Amino acid sequence: MGLTCASSYRVLVATVTTQQAGQSAGANPGPKRDPKTGRFGSSVFKKAVMAVTGIIFVLYLIAHMVGNLKAFAGAETFNAYSEFLRDLGEPIVPRLTVLTIIRVVLLVAVAAHIWAAFSLWKQAKRARPVAYVTKKRVQQSYASRTMRWGGVILILFIIWHILDLTLGAVNPAGRDSLPYGRLVEGFQNPVVTIWYAIALIALGFHIRHGVWSATQTLGHSNKRRERALNLFATVFAVVLVGGYLLIPFSVLFGIID
Amino acid sequence: MQLTLRVWRQPSPQVKGKMANYHLTDVSEDMSFLEMLDVLNEQLILDGEDPIAFDHDCREGICGSCGLMINGIAHGPEQTTTCQLHMRSFSDGDTIDIEPWRSGGFPVVKDLVVDRSAFDRIISAGGFISAPTGTAPDAHATPVPKVDADAAFDAATCIGCGACVAACPNGSAMLFTAAKVTHLGLLPQGQPERDSRVVKMVAQQDAEDFGGCTNIGECSAVCPKGISMETISRLNHDLLGALRANAVPAS
Repeated sequence: MGLTCASSYRVLVATVTTQQAGQSAGANPGPKRDPKTGRFGSSVFKKAVMAVTGIIFVLYLIAHMVGNLKAFAGAETFNAYSEFLRDLGEPIVPRLTVLTIIRVVLLVAVAAHIWAAFSLWKQAKRARPVAYVTKKRVQQSYASRTMRWGGVILILFIIWHILDLTLGAVNPAGRDSLPYGRLVEGFQNPVVTIWYAIALIALGFHIRHGVWSATQTLGHSNKRRERALNLFATVFAVVLVGGYLLIPFSVLFGIID
Repeated sequence: MQLTLRVWRQPSPQVKGKMANYHLTDVSEDMSFLEMLDVLNEQLILDGEDPIAFDHDCREGICGSCGLMINGIAHGPEQTTTCQLHMRSFSDGDTIDIEPWRSGGFPVVKDLVVDRSAFDRIISAGGFISAPTGTAPDAHATPVPKVDADAAFDAATCIGCGACVAACPNGSAMLFTAAKVTHLGLLPQGQPERDSRVVKMVAQQDAEDFGGCTNIGECSAVCPKGISMETISRLNHDLLGALRANAVPAS
């Protein structure tokens, strides 16, 4: 009896060894890298970084859009608002403190957003080393498909936009002009207005998918909310971009001068 | 019906593959897609050529073995498995492109056959519960709310065919991983390992050369079992919860 047990045990061991040897010599050598269970390694963490920084941008964009609409109230109100942004928080904190904090937060958020985006982009490229000969789209939206290159357009636009309307470096009104002057002189050029319009439409698409994606990434979407969320994302993107587009076109058509 | 098939031929993982053209006549519209390939293979064997390798097993839509990219859509024009797709979904004279799943995590073995053991490794990373052996517990000892039971069952219908990976523009396996995380995470039996499960399974899916999810939704649209995008939201929720709880496994 004991002998039988021992021999069957040996057979079992032998079988297991053979299987393992066969497996390691097989076609698939297993994962190419060890799984990273660290906090920052996971693709979902990177997505969460995209979502949270995205929310920061959206909040900023709402405030920025509302501020822009003051252009309709005339040069004085607009320039005063610009001064107010610099005075914000005074006299509790010195002038420019709050604005500087906002700028630093945005800069850090942009850096984190771009880091996560490129990291995930790299991962996606690795995930499909051989392209399909034929691939059809079944469900994807234009917005979801253009997130990455749209993002590249946006960062280039943001750099241009700061050089143009914040610093005045590439603005026809020059560096020493007032904000309202830069606004009017800049957008009187149709080429500038069209460039802004293209970038803002790209922003709209980015936000359209971003709002939905962020909700999903932060784990707050479900079957019931899916439709409403997508509808909200579309309406929000249209309203926001519409609000932004009003200014350059109003200048171009002489409503603001 | 008469068909022109353009099929990916790749003799081995190391050799570069290419599309090859085949003409097939007398295809019945009642044939399944795989039966049509069987007919083609018989013809190839009679002609002394190498038959096309493709995966299949149950042929009734429940095993998840078959999976082909047909005309650029995972499992073809109907939202079902390739074996449950019938030739009546095509027209006489059609040209049909047939490719394997293309993913860094699914290396091609031969022709249309890919190695999907990466999915097995994602499962072994955390797609299980630890249950004590011994006498079976009372059937009603652990109540499960009906809503949770239904949602868990919906997620559990995933057959691991890999269509989600194949369809995803990012080559992500998130729908598969999310279905497993949701299935176990909704049930009381899955609670003790809930945090470590999601962290380990996501880490494994990343390590297997699958991409990250960007919530495009192609996966759910081609899933033969219609697994919802909601599962991905649940996975994200669980993972962020696990990170907040500092549930980072040692290995």
